Amino acid sequence: MAFDRKHLLGMDGVTREEILTILDTARSFREILERPIKRVPTLQGKTVVNLFFEPSTRTRISFELAEKRLSADIINFTASASSVKKGETLIDTVRNIEAMKIDMVVVRHSSPGAPHLLTRVVDANVINAGDGGHEHPTQALLDMMTIREKLGTLEGITVALVGDISHSRVAMSNIYGLRTMGARVLVCGPSTLIPKEIERLGVEVYYNVDEVIPQADVLNILRLQLERQRKGLFPSLREYHNYFGITRERLEKATRKLLIMHPGPMNRGVEISSDVADSDHSVILEQVTYGVAIRMAVLYLLAGGKSEIN
Amino acid sequence: MKLTKTVIISRKAYQAVPEQLLLKNGRIIDPQRQVDEQADILIENGVITRVGIIDDSTFPGQVIDLTGKIVSPGWMDMHTHLREPGREDEETIESGMLAAANGGFTSVCCMPNTQPPIDTQEIIQYIKDRSRNALVNVHPIAAITKGREGKELSEILELVEQGAVAISDDGSPVMSAEIMRRALEYSRMVDIPVIGHEEDITMTEGGDINEGYTSTCLGLGGMPTVAEDIMVARDIMLAEYTGARFHVAHVSSGKSVELIRQAKAKGIKVTAEVTPHHFSLTEEAVRSFDTNTKMNPPLRTEEDRQALLEGLKDGTIDVIATDHAPHSWEEKEAEYKRAPFGIIGLETALGVSLTYLYHTGILSLPQIIEKFAVHPYRILNLPQPAIEQNVPANLTIFDPEAEWVVQEEKFLSKSTNSPFIGHRLKGKPFLVIHNGQLFFSTL
Repeated sequence: MAFDRKHLLGMDGVTREEILTILDTARSFREILERPIKRVPTLQGKTVVNLFFEPSTRTRISFELAEKRLSADIINFTASASSVKKGETLIDTVRNIEAMKIDMVVVRHSSPGAPHLLTRVVDANVINAGDGGHEHPTQALLDMMTIREKLGTLEGITVALVGDISHSRVAMSNIYGLRTMGARVLVCGPSTLIPKEIERLGVEVYYNVDEVIPQADVLNILRLQLERQRKGLFPSLREYHNYFGITRERLEKATRKLLIMHPGPMNRGVEISSDVADSDHSVILEQVTYGVAIRMAVLYLLAGGKSEIN
Repeated sequence: MKLTKTVIISRKAYQAVPEQLLLKNGRIIDPQRQVDEQADILIENGVITRVGIIDDSTFPGQVIDLTGKIVSPGWMDMHTHLREPGREDEETIESGMLAAANGGFTSVCCMPNTQPPIDTQEIIQYIKDRSRNALVNVHPIAAITKGREGKELSEILELVEQGAVAISDDGSPVMSAEIMRRALEYSRMVDIPVIGHEEDITMTEGGDINEGYTSTCLGLGGMPTVAEDIMVARDIMLAEYTGARFHVAHVSSGKSVELIRQAKAKGIKVTAEVTPHHFSLTEEAVRSFDTNTKMNPPLRTEEDRQALLEGLKDGTIDVIATDHAPHSWEEKEAEYKRAPFGIIGLETALGVSLTYLYHTGILSLPQIIEKFAVHPYRILNLPQPAIEQNVPANLTIFDPEAEWVVQEEKFLSKSTNSPFIGHRLKGKPFLVIHNGQLFFSTL
């Protein structure tokens, strides 16, 4: 099996074989999730800590469910209820938890590189569940799984990432993963939300969403944070919606059946209109389902991937 | 696991210069007087009494053999943060002077961003008291504005009379063009340079590293070069308008080098310094998420680095200065975004400069010595150390060929926040002699 990693910190540097291994493994877990009894003993006796230093509902629940399905023991740690507020450092927090004998850490943090820092101070496996604007590898994997399950392949598929590329860990991880898998990647958004020199990652940059739609097989629509407006990066939600919002009228320019994806949570009426989000193009809820399977696969493979999945 | 570092070597490690000391077989390079020769130096009671070929067969005093070593006028670091008063856990005047001596420096200028800042005569007096009778001279740089807040001028005339050699709000820019203009105008009365930390902070807010490919890949906040360039351009124009002397601290952007080159060609009184880390490292180093790659200005691109080298070569950049910025291990060993900006540099500057400038053929040894031991004194209007008869010995002696690996245990600074730990360098400090004392480097 082409997987010999201790940590999953990002999609940067993850090989095609590794990605295929994860996606194939996730497919097996996906089948288990369809059974009446959805739990397997794969991680029995292992303890996983979910360390969330940033608010998250979807990703945290998805990881938690994946861990439960694999029979792991789980500890949930959220910053709001924690010693972080009492001034304890990230390193001390994690060392303390590790001293309680845990095996894996799932970490979400606002600072890029926080999971990398943890790998230097603890022995446990570390999974990055989002580090600032850097990476969110399991999101990219579940996005790739969704595309692969729906379209049969990733190679040669054109995926457009639309919205705030500058601050998006989802965009970065998708770019790394999709490029490795041979997909064509377009990024589209206001020029102030496209980061410097992103072309060097092998993507094409567009500022007009109507030019992107006819070329794309997949639109992955990113969440727009209102905070960016206050920083002067775009003038108003109204203008954003008029020029970059994905609406039914815009989708009429599509030349083939588009898959509509969104990592959530959505701002309906801003980056995506409700009739698109709820249309039969939309695979947004499938993404969520695949998310659990992907996270099961990653946990399983990092734990050694030795035991039988069934 | 890491223990808080205690500097065990105290002032006892400095030795008094023996009544009669003979430095044998060194290569003396004194660019100021265009000297580059193999010769011996006799020092009696701390004063150079003879330079030439001196027979040591009947010499009664101590002889130090300097075969293969370079003897230079004493080096100055014109950009050091000593952290005292305020953050004595990170560095004290005493430990900073030790680190300087260990790194081959006999003088340092300390920046005013202490707590409280160097904006009163009392703080200047305090620094002078704390560094009295030491091997290393400490020259305070006073704040341009009260509290370094960029609002009202400090009492510049009094601060200079008390001993300040320059003014700077280093760590922060003077954002108001009007205040900067007045500071330059006012400084003309005492003919001191105004040292600018060039950063438009409205463009760097939330930034961690250079804005570009690496910040895109790592999702860290960008600090664009143009935020530096805009301020360099502004202050060059203000220097031209006021006729005052303006010195650019830690140039990091290639475009800024170009602006300074053009200003010098026009005869505007501008000088500039670069740090060893900016001419040796690039933003690529940040990929490790090692917080010792986080400093302000940030590490830039290879293109910028090449422009800095070109500026050093053609004389656009006058000085190499360390921006030695000690930070506690507790603060640095943190998430990248949370870690403070700054790295130490006093003990690696010589090795990094020789490795990246001399052994690569970019600068000759006399050119490097000019940037450490000639131009800083000239810019600050301080007496130039010279290797000649009847002058008190102020010498930096180093081995240009010695190879060594930077080890944090060997630093005498109280802090160890260096990106060069583990790096192999070629060129090593050996000995400094100044103020009747000598110190052998322990690196």
